[in-house]
Formats: sequence, C-alpha cells, structure tokens
Amino acid sequence: MREESFFRDKLLPISTVVLILIAIWYVAVIFLNAPFERDAAARAGSEIGFSDIVRNTMAQERPVLPAPHQVVAEIWDTTVNKAITSKRSLIYHAWITLSATLVGFGIGAALGVLLAVGIVHNRAMDRSLMPWVIASQTIPILAIAPMIIVVLNAVGIAGLLPKALISTYLSFFPVVVGMVKGLRSPETIQLDLMHTYNASSAQTFWKLRWPSSMPYLFTSLKVAVAISLVGAIVGELPTGAVAGLGARLLAGSYYGQTVQIWAALFMAAALAAVLVMIVGLAHTAVLKRMGAKA
Amino acid sequence: MTSNSASVVSARDLGLTFQTSDGPVNALTGVNLDVAKGDFVSFIGPSGCGKTTFLRVIADLEKPTSGAIAVNGMTPEQARRHRAYGYVFQAAALYPWRTIEKNIALPLEIMGYSRDEQKTRIDRTLELVNLSGFGKKYPWQLSGGMQQRASIARALAFDADLLLMDEPFGALDEIVRDHLNEQLLKLWARTNKTICFVTHSIPEAVYLSTKIVVMSPRPGRVTDIIESTLPQERPLGIRETPEFLEIAHRVREGLRAGHSYDE
Repeated sequence: MREESFFRDKLLPISTVVLILIAIWYVAVIFLNAPFERDAAARAGSEIGFSDIVRNTMAQERPVLPAPHQVVAEIWDTTVNKAITSKRSLIYHAWITLSATLVGFGIGAALGVLLAVGIVHNRAMDRSLMPWVIASQTIPILAIAPMIIVVLNAVGIAGLLPKALISTYLSFFPVVVGMVKGLRSPETIQLDLMHTYNASSAQTFWKLRWPSSMPYLFTSLKVAVAISLVGAIVGELPTGAVAGLGARLLAGSYYGQTVQIWAALFMAAALAAVLVMIVGLAHTAVLKRMGAKA
Repeated sequence: MTSNSASVVSARDLGLTFQTSDGPVNALTGVNLDVAKGDFVSFIGPSGCGKTTFLRVIADLEKPTSGAIAVNGMTPEQARRHRAYGYVFQAAALYPWRTIEKNIALPLEIMGYSRDEQKTRIDRTLELVNLSGFGKKYPWQLSGGMQQRASIARALAFDADLLLMDEPFGALDEIVRDHLNEQLLKLWARTNKTICFVTHSIPEAVYLSTKIVVMSPRPGRVTDIIESTLPQERPLGIRETPEFLEIAHRVREGLRAGHSYDE
C-alpha cells in the first residue's frame, strides 16, 4: 500500500471541492443580485455596464445572496472586532446556543441510554415504549417547539432550559435506537458464556452488553449532537429573538440582513462540525483504549 | 470405568424435543449415559445427532423435556450455580476489548476472586496452555489456534472439575489440531479433570478418549458406547497402531449403522 500523503489525500480533494463551490457561489451572486442593480440604474435613468454590475453585486448592503467575502468580513467583524460580552458579538450568540445545545445533548444522551437499557432488559418496556419513541419523531419539531416554549413559560421556566429540552426531544431518539441495537449486539455464544458463569444481569450488562455497545453509542452520539444544535436553534426562533444563533437568523430575516443570516448560518455549521469532531475524537480514544486495531 | 469413582454426569432416559415452526424435532431420545470422574468422553456423530444439544443440557443451556440428568449429583441448574463446569465453545468467543489475561480474568471477576488470586490463576492457566508471555495481547493479535487455547485457559481458570468442549478445534487446520490434541491430553493428565468433548472427527475422538459415545440423528440417540483400550500415554504415532485402527473401525461401523443414506 502506498504511503498516505496529507496533501494528496486530504488537502487536495477537499480544497478542490471548496474552490468549485466558491466559484459557483460567486456566479450565483452576480445572477441573483444583478436585477436590483439594473432596476436601480433604470430608476436613475442611466445605463449600467456589465463590469459595473459585477462590481456592484459583490458589495450590496442587503443582497439577495451575499458574496463569500462579505460573509467572511461579517464573521470577522462580529467575532474578532467585538467584545465577547457585546450583544453584537457572534461568539456571544454562539455561546448562548451552544450552552443550550450541550445541556440538551447531555439530557438527551442520558435519557436515550436509560430508555435503551430499560427496553433491552424489560419486555413490557420493549413492547410499550418503542412505538412511542418512533412516533415522537414523526411530529415536526417546528410545530412542537413553540408549544414547549409557551407551556414551560406558563409554568415559569424560561431561558436556557426550554431550548435545551427541544434539543433533548430531537437528540434522545438516535441514542435510543443505536443503544438498543448496541446492547443487543453481543452474540448468543457470548451471552451463553455469561450464563455458564452464572453471571448476574448486572454483571452481564457491565462486562458484556455495555462494552459491546460502544461503537453504536458513539455513532448515534454524532448524529445526536448535530441535531441537538438544530433543536437549540429552532428553540430560539419563537422566543422573540433575544439572543442566540436562532435569534440572529430571525432578526436577520426581519430586517433583510442577509449578510448577518449567512454569517450566523456559517457559525452554526462550524459549531456543528466542531461538536461532531469532538465526539469523533472521543470515539477513537475509547476504541483505542478497548484495544481496537490501530 | 473404574467402579469406585463417583459419576460426574449421569443421564437416564433423557429426551429433548424442540418445538419449531415445522413441528416438534426430537433432538435427543432415550439417552442413558454415565461419565465417571477423570473420564475423557467424546461424543461423535453427524450433524443433527444431538451431541452438542446433550452438552448444552449438561451445561444447563438447554432444558430436557423428559428423563433425568444429574451433574455432580445435582440438577444441571444447581451445578451451573455451583460453577461446576467450564465450557469451551466452537468459536473462542474471547471479548475483543479485553486482553488475553483480562479475558481469562472474566470468570474470576464474576466469581469474585481477589486480585492476587486472579493474577496467580491467570499465570498458571496461561502456562498450562503454553501461552505464557501472550497475556497482554489482544485476541486479534493471536492466531485461531492460540485464541482457542486462550478460551480453554479461560475455562480452566476457576476450579471446575468438569470441562465441556463443543468442537473446540473444529475450525482449525489439521496440523494445528493435531498439536492441540496432543497438548489437550497432557493438560488432562496434569489437571485430572473430567472432559466431555464433542467432535465429528473419528481420529480425534479415538486419539483423545477413554470412552467414545457414537450418536445418530433423527431422532438424536446414542447407538454405541466404546471403552477405549488405548494406554494412558498416547504419542501422536499411536494413530498408526492396529489397536487404534481397530477402535476407529468400530466407531465408523457405529456411525454407519445409525445413519440412513437414503435421505
């Protein structure tokens, strides 16, 4: 097998795709923003040349589609140039969303694991719970999120927790499904072995079922952490747009601040990528400790 | 059979019928058998003859539907609760996330042995199966034969006097198998265990056993029980002696008698 090269195997393919996407984006910027420039020129009664159109579409204040460099400038301006405590700092808003995401993810993962343990060990729970777990995900989150916010607000719970619970609502699902499969993954022969040792079900759980389920756990945690972020953002939409990435998105769309929307979108995407990456690293570390092939 | 030795396994008119979607299947019918302490008993027969099922009944992994069976004078379930036997499966069934010594420690942890005691026993059993120095390896770093030896070490680690082995060398090539058979005999001589051994290889059964139980399918039953006349000391070369071939012949005849070829 040939030597793996960082440049040829990682950097080159990824950066090629990125460059192509950016090129397509710039072309789209010209096409989508050009009508505004033509209208403006027509109203002023002047003619506008193609090169002027191209230049102007890249620098509109409220473009239909902002150019990549505008988004980058906005992100730079709202992260590096603003104090973290400022309401205009993207980092401040990202932190608001992240904290709800993490709390929701934590509760969701714990809930998911507990439900899976119950389902695997208790026939009644297996029969009665699983259909409801699946049914819960057929309800559109956009419909149920405002209800949760309103109901919890009515009983005096506001702020972080309602958003976190929406994250939980989304993130427990992949964990339950993954862990039920994972806890049932030991082969008959391995379970028979425990039986011959007269092992208790707690011993069988900790020494066999739990370690067997690790690959399944981390795979579902990766999905769960990404949708936790989606849940937190969705949860911020009906709160009246105070703080958080969701609020940024909503405020951006109220005032036609497309650059701000895109900056928030990219921040959310980067956040999701980092979260998934952290879970991935934990996965690798755990498997390594469990003696997986290098 | 030595007359004054206690019976380790004793089956009387034992039967087991599986209820399947295609109707009842007679896995075992009318099995009468005594295994004396220190015996090496092989169960041989074509697939479907119930040899593995019988081993699983001894181990309380299956429940008989008729007749009676006693293991160390107890029911199989009591015997299992007393950890009366070690079971070696067809596949090594080592836990991939545990090193070899941790795998051997598994039954010891479950049975509550102290750390020091675990350490002593791991070293001793690794030495018994010639795997000293491999304790820190993970299963995937070992060959199939070494993995199976590790699983035998795991079954030997606690003080069960009865060793149940279900085609432990079935998946290994013949050279490795010969070698492991030789080692198994030495181990049996050293540890003085009672061994019940399922196989479908005639030479393996004859080479290893003091007693060979020939079984046949549909319904699963015992057709012949052969007491071996071979000496205790058995070099590999014994398999070319007339005495060996004589016993092997009788086993083959027994298998042929119990097997109808018109199916």
